[in-house]
Amino acid sequence: MPRMSLPESAPPKLWRHPEFARGAREMRGVALGIAAWGLVTGVAMAKSGLPLPLAVLMSLIVFAGSAQLAALPLIAGGAPIWVVWATALCVNLRFIIFSAGWRPYFAHLRFWQRLRMGYFTADLNYVIFMRRFPEPRPAPQQVPYFWGGVLTNWSAWQVPSLAGILLADRIPTSWGLGFAGTLALLGLMYSLVADRATLAAAAVAACAAVAAFALPLKLNIVVAIAAAVAIGLLIDHTTPRRVAPEDDLT
Amino acid sequence: MTPTEAGITIVGLALLTVVTRAFFLLPERDLPLPAWLQQGLRYAPLAALVAVVAPEVVLTQGQLIGTWHDARLPAVAVASAYYFWRRGILGTIVSGTTVLLLLRLGFGW
Repeated sequence: MPRMSLPESAPPKLWRHPEFARGAREMRGVALGIAAWGLVTGVAMAKSGLPLPLAVLMSLIVFAGSAQLAALPLIAGGAPIWVVWATALCVNLRFIIFSAGWRPYFAHLRFWQRLRMGYFTADLNYVIFMRRFPEPRPAPQQVPYFWGGVLTNWSAWQVPSLAGILLADRIPTSWGLGFAGTLALLGLMYSLVADRATLAAAAVAACAAVAAFALPLKLNIVVAIAAAVAIGLLIDHTTPRRVAPEDDLT
Repeated sequence: MTPTEAGITIVGLALLTVVTRAFFLLPERDLPLPAWLQQGLRYAPLAALVAVVAPEVVLTQGQLIGTWHDARLPAVAVASAYYFWRRGILGTIVSGTTVLLLLRLGFGW
């Protein structure tokens, strides 16, 4: 029998790596919620009066639902361009926080790879990736897992978003279909509450987000993150030290 | 705003979004992020989720829901019950949305 020359040392091509499929699979769970949001955002873009080609452009190159939804009334109302950008910056502040979390995993990659990853990373990618790789150390499984997740997320959002732009008049907004997105987040949220510290952090975040809701530009999200991190750190520091868990790189 | 201006605005939004998403990822030099902060960031994903979900469920136009007669509450209750029973997110979405639509469209809640 001829000897198979499998290159044991070379990793499989990106999309054939088993972690790619795993990344895609773990994102598929929330894909329906992502699709609901994409749809709602697409419909909102069309209904705001934005010309169709610009709505399609916005969906494809911005790819950030909350920033888009915040910018739309400003663009429609003729606000100065810098105001639209400043608004989007504030809405996107949480991404800056997340990027600090991403860094330990991918800082070793080439600049253009990191830039590409920057375009694709959405909130749910951060949440689900961190659940899979809680220790901030690079490992070979992470890049394929990342791409499996982000490509699934991107398609799950873009297709309904473009459909929403094109079919806006036929989609009834009174049904509140966007709530499906909220329910997806709810399930994901429950899956992340693992112990007393995370439960407390979640409770504090909920109160902070509701209490600070009057703040403009989704700044309540940043407040909630800060409060939750503070409470989490406090509990971590006042809990007797446990043995660190084994790294799960299976 | 003319279409051209809107186009420029949109391109700017795209660049801004990429830069914010990759903000700490792009520099070549490591930023001196203290270890405790890196540990604390573990709570950020959950907090971000909660921060989006909580207002969507308990607030209407920035005010706390005043009545139990809101379709979102049973929808969340059913969706949560499903999640803790079956642990599937798809079922969570479907069960909650079904209840929401039933109450809104069928019973006018």
